Amino acid sequence: MTWLTVLAGAALCFVLKLAGWLVPARLLADPRIRRAAELLPVALLAALVVVQVLGVGRGLQVDARAAGLLAGAAALALRAPFLVVVVVAAATAALLRAAA
Amino acid sequence: MRDAVGIGLAVGAYGLSFGAAARAAGLSVPQACALSLLMFTGASQFALIGVLGAGGGGLSAVAGAGLLGTRNLLYAVRLADLLRLRGGRRVLAAQLTIDETTAMAAGAPVGLSGLGFWATGAAVYGCWNAATLLGAVGAGVVDTTALGLDAAVGAAFLGLLVPQVRDRSALGVAACGAALAVLAIPVTPPGVPVLLAGLAVLLARPWRPRP
Repeated sequence: MTWLTVLAGAALCFVLKLAGWLVPARLLADPRIRRAAELLPVALLAALVVVQVLGVGRGLQVDARAAGLLAGAAALALRAPFLVVVVVAAATAALLRAAA
Repeated sequence: MRDAVGIGLAVGAYGLSFGAAARAAGLSVPQACALSLLMFTGASQFALIGVLGAGGGGLSAVAGAGLLGTRNLLYAVRLADLLRLRGGRRVLAAQLTIDETTAMAAGAPVGLSGLGFWATGAAVYGCWNAATLLGAVGAGVVDTTALGLDAAVGAAFLGLLVPQVRDRSALGVAACGAALAVLAIPVTPPGVPVLLAGLAVLLARPWRPRP
C-alpha cells in the first residue's frame, strides 16, 4: 500500500513537471494562475507544520515537538542553514523527552 | 559550476533530514530512496511522508504531494522558454525541474542558462539521492522519537515555508492555512486537513488584478 502511494505520488509529480514543458506557454501566462500557484505551497506548508507539530491522529497535543519547533524557528530567525534548523528542533525535543 | 556544487552540498544536508524523516514516518529504506529518485521534489516528498506518518490515507498523501508539485509546472514553463529543448531531452529536463535548477537557470548570465540548469540538476540529483540513502539507513539504527526526529519534520516544513512568505498576503495565507488545519484535525481523517488548508489561497483573492 505504501509502495502504491510512493509510485502514484512520484508519477503525479513527474506528469506535472512534464506538462509544463509540453503545454504552450500562453495557457499558463495568466498572472492570476501564477499567483495562486505561488500561494498554494504557502498554505499547504503552514498546515503541514501544524499537523506535524500538534497533531496526534485526530487530536491536538502540545508536547516536546512544539518546543522543538520554537527552537527551530529561533534558529531560522538567526538565518541558520536548513540542516542546523532541523537539528536544533530535534535536539530540543530529544533533550526535553530525556529530562521528562 | 562552483555554485552548482555549493547548492548540491546544501541539498545533501536537506536530503539527510528527508531520509531520516521518511523512516520516522514508517517508510522503508527502499521506499525513501524511491521517492527521492522518482519524485525528486523536496516539499512534495516531505508532504507525502508527513501525511502517511500522521496516519493519513494514500489518496490524501498523493494529493498533498501533487498540490505542492504544481509550482514545478510553472517552473517548467519558464525553463522551456529559456532552454528551448526538443524531443526526449525535455523528459530528462522535466525530472530535474525544481526550485534550485530553475533559480540557477533563470539567474545565469545570458547564454549560460543551459549550463546552469544541467550542472545544478546533476549536482542536486546526485547529492539528494545519496543523502536520502544515508539518512534513511542512519535513522534505521536509532530510536527516532528519542532523537526528536518527529519534531525535526515540523521544523523542516517551517524551513521550507519561511522563504516563500515574501509579502503580507502570503503571511495571511500561511496563518489561515495553519488555522484551517487546527480546525480540521479533530473533525476530518488524517491528511485531509492539509488539503483543506489549500482553500486559504482564496483569502489572497488571486483572481483580483494586481497593480
